[in-house]
Amino acid sequence: MPTSSRSILSGLVLLTTSVVLVGVALPRATAQDNPNAFNRLLRPASERNAPPESDGIHDPTSDGVMFLQPPRDAFDGLPKSRSGNYINWSLAIENGLLNPRYDMSNPDAPPVVMDLNIVREVKGSMPDVVYPHKQHTEWLDCANCHPSIFIPQKGANQISMASILLGEKCGVCHGKVAFPVSECRRCHSKAK
Amino acid sequence: MKKRALKLLTTCTVLTVFIAVLSYNNQADAEYGDVVLNELSDESGMRPVVFPHWFHRIRFRCKVCHGDLGFAFKAGGNGINMVKIMDGEYCGACHDGDIAWSIENCDLCHSGNPNTVTQVHNSTARTLAAPVQKDAASQDDGDKD
Repeated sequence: MPTSSRSILSGLVLLTTSVVLVGVALPRATAQDNPNAFNRLLRPASERNAPPESDGIHDPTSDGVMFLQPPRDAFDGLPKSRSGNYINWSLAIENGLLNPRYDMSNPDAPPVVMDLNIVREVKGSMPDVVYPHKQHTEWLDCANCHPSIFIPQKGANQISMASILLGEKCGVCHGKVAFPVSECRRCHSKAK
Repeated sequence: MKKRALKLLTTCTVLTVFIAVLSYNNQADAEYGDVVLNELSDESGMRPVVFPHWFHRIRFRCKVCHGDLGFAFKAGGNGINMVKIMDGEYCGACHDGDIAWSIENCDLCHSGNPNTVTQVHNSTARTLAAPVQKDAASQDDGDKD
């Protein structure tokens, strides 16, 4: 085979490879650049719960990253939700699918659960908030919230959605590690 | 002439691919609640710590770390350093080679991209301040309070 046609051939192979790679990598870039792309600010479902090496905050060149558990492996079989980790953590405990330790070293220590609903009447036509102590005390100790975040006294706590969005009151957890405020009806659940 | 044009075309294509792949990977798609801790790491020449909150809540209820071990609900707000961990405080309470693997496995915690700021990843406060995902990494103090 003459040298020129060999180089053309290898060039073609390279070109084909490149085109295929572009085809794989570009859809996302195009979606960002296209002003009329569908839901241009929304993360596609296929990119949720990304594995550590491609999640953008882990350094893929770090030796440790390959040992870390990919979230999808852990979440397989757990009840789904619409936001956050896309896992309904409370339901996972309620259904017995998860039983995280309540004590650092004793796997059998039972949680101290208190079943008491607090109803908060809210402004306008929004359904009132029902705060369930039960689901919260499955995870937390009383002292985690009382008295530093919530004074344990009726009417003593001013809560607004603005403060929650900024990470205060319920927003200390909800919007960071617990389900975010976009799941309105999980709190605003009591019709007026 | 033809050969040079082909070479140029190939180079351009490869460059395009490279840029596309780079911009693709620069997106932070990490798990909701992943905590990046970079109070001391960058200045000490270590990768920042990435704490996978989801991984730990599967194994422990909030009370264990945020009650018994005294972790405040604030990324970077605990003044943790390696001496405290070696002395069995904070992470060191479990990462002792008994309950969980011990601290000589530096890379398992110090696994973040250098220069990533302390944050709770994907928290509402951060996404509100920077609705376009690709700008999230440049936000400084979205969750510090």
